[in-house]
Amino acid sequence: MRVQLFVTCLVDLVYPEVGERTVALLERLGCEVAFPAGQTCCGQPALNSGYPEQARRVADRFLDTFAASSDPVVAPFGSCVHMVRHGYERLYADDPGRLTIAREIGGRTHSLPGFVVEVLGREEVGGRYPGEAGTPVAYHHECHMLRGLGEAAPPLSLLGGVRGCTLVETERADQCCGFGGTFALKLAQVSTAMADEKLDRAIAAGARAIVSTDVGCLMHLDGRARRRGLDLKVHHLVDLLEPEGSL
Amino acid sequence: MSHRVLHPPRAEPAPAITVNLHRAAGNWAAKRASARQLVDWEAWREEARRVRADAVAHLPELIERLEERVRAAGGEVHHAATAEEAAAIIVGLCRARGTRSVAKAKSMTAEEIGLNEALELAGVEAVETDLGEYIVQQLGDRPSHILAPAVHLSAAQVAELFGRLSGEAFDPEDTAALVAYARGVLRERFLTADVGITGVNMAVAETGSLVLIESEGNIRLSASLPRTHIALMGIEKVVRDWTGAAHLMQMLPLASHGRPAAASTSIVTGPARDGDDGPGELHLVLLDAGRSAIRGTDLEEALQCIRCGACLYACPVYRQVGGHAYGSSYSGPIGAVITPALERSSPETAQLPWMSSLCGACAEACPVKIPLDDQLVTLRAAAQARDPHRGEAALFEAWARLWSRPAGYRATARTAGKALGPLWRKAARASGDGWTARAPFPFDGWTSTRDVRSPAGEPFHERWSKRRG
Repeated sequence: MRVQLFVTCLVDLVYPEVGERTVALLERLGCEVAFPAGQTCCGQPALNSGYPEQARRVADRFLDTFAASSDPVVAPFGSCVHMVRHGYERLYADDPGRLTIAREIGGRTHSLPGFVVEVLGREEVGGRYPGEAGTPVAYHHECHMLRGLGEAAPPLSLLGGVRGCTLVETERADQCCGFGGTFALKLAQVSTAMADEKLDRAIAAGARAIVSTDVGCLMHLDGRARRRGLDLKVHHLVDLLEPEGSL
Repeated sequence: MSHRVLHPPRAEPAPAITVNLHRAAGNWAAKRASARQLVDWEAWREEARRVRADAVAHLPELIERLEERVRAAGGEVHHAATAEEAAAIIVGLCRARGTRSVAKAKSMTAEEIGLNEALELAGVEAVETDLGEYIVQQLGDRPSHILAPAVHLSAAQVAELFGRLSGEAFDPEDTAALVAYARGVLRERFLTADVGITGVNMAVAETGSLVLIESEGNIRLSASLPRTHIALMGIEKVVRDWTGAAHLMQMLPLASHGRPAAASTSIVTGPARDGDDGPGELHLVLLDAGRSAIRGTDLEEALQCIRCGACLYACPVYRQVGGHAYGSSYSGPIGAVITPALERSSPETAQLPWMSSLCGACAEACPVKIPLDDQLVTLRAAAQARDPHRGEAALFEAWARLWSRPAGYRATARTAGKALGPLWRKAARASGDGWTARAPFPFDGWTSTRDVRSPAGEPFHERWSKRRG
């Protein structure tokens, strides 16, 4: 199956290895991965900050990039997928032509776990924890994947197939970690207090690592854990599914 | 200036009350889980949404019908375009009857119009009869939650207050004794008040009936013991008929307490008829205060709110900062939407939509499916349009120009990765794997409490280009 990778601006610029592992995983599962060179960003930061017009211009680039082929589009996490499927309804509400295109593309744009489990039909893809064997890990549900896309089961299902770690149940694993995009800067104290809750709950449950999918959440939780000197590693799910993955 | 807005929002963690809010939220989450076992939750939500959306869509017609039926039942109806008018009407009714003392049942709408202050100025004593509101009033404090106004206080604080008021000592663990004391004080009030003032949970246009839902019983006493009952209602609370009302009468306690019936529900259709017990007069005060103005806009769905408090319990930001931080009579996600919406994004309310990480827990919890998270985004755009933040606007404009073209985006990547990256790493405690403790503006807010990962020297798109051609 041919797929197009939407790597996302954050992965592209700050977590490129997540992009590499995503490609490697999809190829191991039998996909032919294309990377349309014209991609930039889905536009979400501007929309959420109150600049819909600026968001739209960047969204136009997304649509132009991914309209060229009808192959499914896969992103490493849910937030940008939610922007395409939901946020673009608002951005193109007064442009029926573009809205149709947005809906067509949105209908074939997936998060990595959603794509692997629901489109490829694979509930487990193996994988190995890239650290000490037997590490207890806590899973953090990315808000936009969980509530926005309704994908609670796919990432947990894939995590279930990973050797070398055990999942520990944490209280309120579905609660926001406090990243929230520009929220992390605008309400920095509250954002940090929310990260602390998430980290403290993971530690209280015995976890030595946190796994999630949104690199915004990862950057926020990892950044706080490091600042506090906590014994807690923070990983993207694909770090476990395809630890040796590279281009 | 509206009584809705008390002070600018203060978005700081409030650890002392966070403990209470966590416990309350945990209790609520457990009840929500049990509510979902009882009924087909999603189907019920859709029906509740439909009933409320129908009311909002036909508001003028339903208000007219409500008024007709209330009058036919012997009640009087007053229309207030603004909060000031509503307060003046109620004060006027009290004055005309030589009222000295009012038994007041908890009403968010009364908070919204600053009724207590208006009554006080007119020399009318208004005692809150809801236990939480009574406590808050005696402390000279303000309610911090739609359903649980004193949730931010501890039992120790309440015991101390009652001790001061009564001259006796109270054990904070002995909740029964605390409640008994309050009950004794409040019973006295119900029996001596000339006027009872309540809110309204919903008004059924079909029969002109007011539905009052509660846990304590003080609303029923306030509505039935004094000679005159004044009921204050936001116009959006009307529902068309009993089929819809019956559904909401179950949905509201399900959403707030996980049970399909409230402890006490009262249905008031006009004043007492000849030979019946009850108030000889019923006055319904209908408040607009900005509500009609948001019909037909993309904030309209906020009028569907049934004031169940579920969004407050669901919100992780509310749990961190508490209700007072919102600086307005309505707090939590619904407050962050309705206050700016009704105030038309005035500068004082401009910060409210940012008291959210847009996690969506509120929209998921809402029993009438208000898309609160989407409405916060709408309000953010409205606030920026009204009062642009020049520096930020320029930043996003530059961002849009660069990132709407691959060449511009790649130029940013090169600058960030090659120029800033090494600078960043050099200027701070470099940890070798790209993490650093200091970042330049506008990311310095981040590094005050968190380390940050520098942009990669080689972004993904460059790696692809090199290795895959």
